[in-house]
Amino acid sequence: MPEFKLPDVGEGLTEAEIITWQVSVGDTVAINDVLVEIETAKSLVELPSPYAGEVRALLVSEGDTVLVGTPIIAIGSADVVEDASVETRPSAEPAKREAMLVGYGPRTDAPTRRRRPSAPASSVPAPSRVASVDTERVRQPAPPTPPAPQAPVPPSRLKLRPLAKPPVRKLAKDLGIDLADVPTTGDVVTRADVEAFAGRVVPDAPVAARPDEAGETRIPIKGVRKFTAEAMVRSAFTAPHVTEWVTLDVSRTMQLVARLKSDPAFGAVKVSPTLIAAKAICLAMRRTPELNARWDEVAQEIVVKKAVNLGIAAATARGLVVPNVVGADSLSLVELAAAIGELTTTAREGRTQPAQMTGGTFSLTNIGVFGIDAGTPILNPGESGILALGSIERRAWVDEEDNVVPRWVTTLALSFDHRVVDGEQGSRFLADVAAILRDPAQALTY
Amino acid sequence: MNDPFDPTTPDTTTDSPPVQLLTPAGQRVTDPDYSYDGDLADVQDLYRDLVMVRRIDTEAFALQRHGELGLWPPLLGQEAAQVGAGRAMRPQDFAFPTYRDHGIVWCRGEDPTYLLGIFRGSSLGGWDPADRHVALPNIIIGAQTLHATGYAMGLTIDGLVGTGTPDRDAAAMAFLGDGATSQGDFNEALDWAAVHQAPVVFFCQNNHYAISVPLERQTRVPIAQRADGFGLPGVRVDGNDVLACHAVTTAALQRARDGQGPTLVEAVTYRMGAHTTSDDPTRYREASEVEAWKAKDPLERVATHLRDEGVCEEWFAALDTEADALGEHLRESCQRIPEPDLASLFDQVFVETTVELDQQKAEYVAWRDSFEGSVA
Repeated sequence: MPEFKLPDVGEGLTEAEIITWQVSVGDTVAINDVLVEIETAKSLVELPSPYAGEVRALLVSEGDTVLVGTPIIAIGSADVVEDASVETRPSAEPAKREAMLVGYGPRTDAPTRRRRPSAPASSVPAPSRVASVDTERVRQPAPPTPPAPQAPVPPSRLKLRPLAKPPVRKLAKDLGIDLADVPTTGDVVTRADVEAFAGRVVPDAPVAARPDEAGETRIPIKGVRKFTAEAMVRSAFTAPHVTEWVTLDVSRTMQLVARLKSDPAFGAVKVSPTLIAAKAICLAMRRTPELNARWDEVAQEIVVKKAVNLGIAAATARGLVVPNVVGADSLSLVELAAAIGELTTTAREGRTQPAQMTGGTFSLTNIGVFGIDAGTPILNPGESGILALGSIERRAWVDEEDNVVPRWVTTLALSFDHRVVDGEQGSRFLADVAAILRDPAQALTY
Repeated sequence: MNDPFDPTTPDTTTDSPPVQLLTPAGQRVTDPDYSYDGDLADVQDLYRDLVMVRRIDTEAFALQRHGELGLWPPLLGQEAAQVGAGRAMRPQDFAFPTYRDHGIVWCRGEDPTYLLGIFRGSSLGGWDPADRHVALPNIIIGAQTLHATGYAMGLTIDGLVGTGTPDRDAAAMAFLGDGATSQGDFNEALDWAAVHQAPVVFFCQNNHYAISVPLERQTRVPIAQRADGFGLPGVRVDGNDVLACHAVTTAALQRARDGQGPTLVEAVTYRMGAHTTSDDPTRYREASEVEAWKAKDPLERVATHLRDEGVCEEWFAALDTEADALGEHLRESCQRIPEPDLASLFDQVFVETTVELDQQKAEYVAWRDSFEGSVA
């Protein structure tokens, strides 16, 4: 019975989520009738039927994320009565044609072809791969075990660069893992190999949210939630976090915000204490660039970034996203305001592109909007500092003349990676940010 | 904010209204400069082309979703521009299409199965451009405008222009989109064509988007107006009106064949679908905009006109059957496209191959043959 395998509908996609089945078992479909709506990393896509006949089985459920090449539906020919045994026909039967020949196709772990016995003698190293050959389908096993001890292989051959796809290389790099250390069953190191080695195998998500008898709701872990969880685990258990606090009078910042709001030059942008805090971060970074650095485990280096790519945490319907303003330190205040405004609008509309969430060097999170005084933020992976802005409230404050006066008061919390930054630099940076927010005129001194 | 580079202000539409001979409601109208001279049977032929080209497109799109093609750039909405221009060409003219001009390939008489081979990644084209005077679809944005200009200059040198022999005088036609007008190649081509009075027609399908970049970020003046600065005439035509596209292109080609130089035609149309099967247009344009263009559908207006002229329903039904047969032909042909032999790549670099390429080919074949079950 023909089975429709999930195609690669977007040039190099490896998986898609089944959103809505448009047909049910027993329905009769014609060629190109819409069968199902799927969501890929790029878009929502309707899949038309390549076969005519009766729907015999839906092989995957709504909410499933399935790999390209997975059979998703079985469609029987309407005019042929098939008995159940037909479904279990041996796969060795020569298929007229693979349904999936374009795109990356199904990953078969068994080699489809082996080298002939007449292959070169075992003392000869395996031939290098040729780029023009489809290495997904034509796989070379390791050379046969040598029958007898051989002359030592030159050291340069001992440590070949392990084969892995670029995203897997990136994952290993992010995790600080050397691919050469990762045990693998095949020739190519897979994502699963790396995750297993890192000891954090991600279990498959449950198929769909379903209310439990005990009154629980089980929500599949995927999308932004999954990404956030992975990032936070990686960050929290890799970078030793230190958090420092400072409570300060920001009345002058509030005056500045009020003044800028009525300035025609700022008429088209949103002016807020977050904007002033973002500017203060960029300025303070000049004196303490260590906060704009990254720990590179693989290279055993601390990488200090020249430009400040300032991440702005945004709560969206899909979850937390942290897009960043590229080169925030080189922007004027009005440009910075426009950039932050565009970033958050895009994020709330769910249109943030993955590229906008990579390359950040420092992050700002405004937890004050939730009415919270302060907290201990977790670093965005790959960054060494994050500043949390607490709620700004009228509080009793003791001024220079020992009078208790009502002032606008807030608390700043700075978390930093103690591998990169010591208490001295962290404290100086936080004190500088606080000084500017306490008296924005201080900005002139930077 | 007073930003001199603010892209929201340029007005790219208020030049003279595009030439139109058939309204979206299906009414024939007249134009002071252009007219369509065909009879009812000719209009029926054009409608048949429109239906067939749309079927090629929708069928190939579905084949991509079946997993049979790696990619497909849909032309949905641009059928009239391509059929009108394509059918204005004579056999001796030469077409230089883009990757979206499936309708041009159809009008030149090549089997659309070749297009499936290209987008399946199984072939580099498959047809000989000299056979039906249609080049392989160009992927490089705007490059074909220079190819066409060079070919047209060659026609002049060969004495195939302005001799007054209708079956002999020839012209070249470069097809391009609005995005290509921002390429240097396009501007060089216009300049060379104008300076040398080359017999070439630049047919720009302004479908309003260069992938996701809207027209107003592409140009501050109507595209046709760009011709003025280079010293050649520019014409705006309703790109969803097959009769107007045919009339304007016929006149421009005749001008070129007569030795009176190049013309830039801007066919104002709209890409109803995605840029390619990998694109999601809802991320950059509003549904209301798409709906507004749906009302200007290039096929509907011709069907309305034909029915008003008394063409019977049986004729339409027969056309549908023919289109279904074409769809089936494409699906079956796609199944029969042979897997490419990578070794043949080495043969297609030069007319006469080199020693180095021969060696590389031999090494590749030997390596490939070292696998069990290899076919070669």
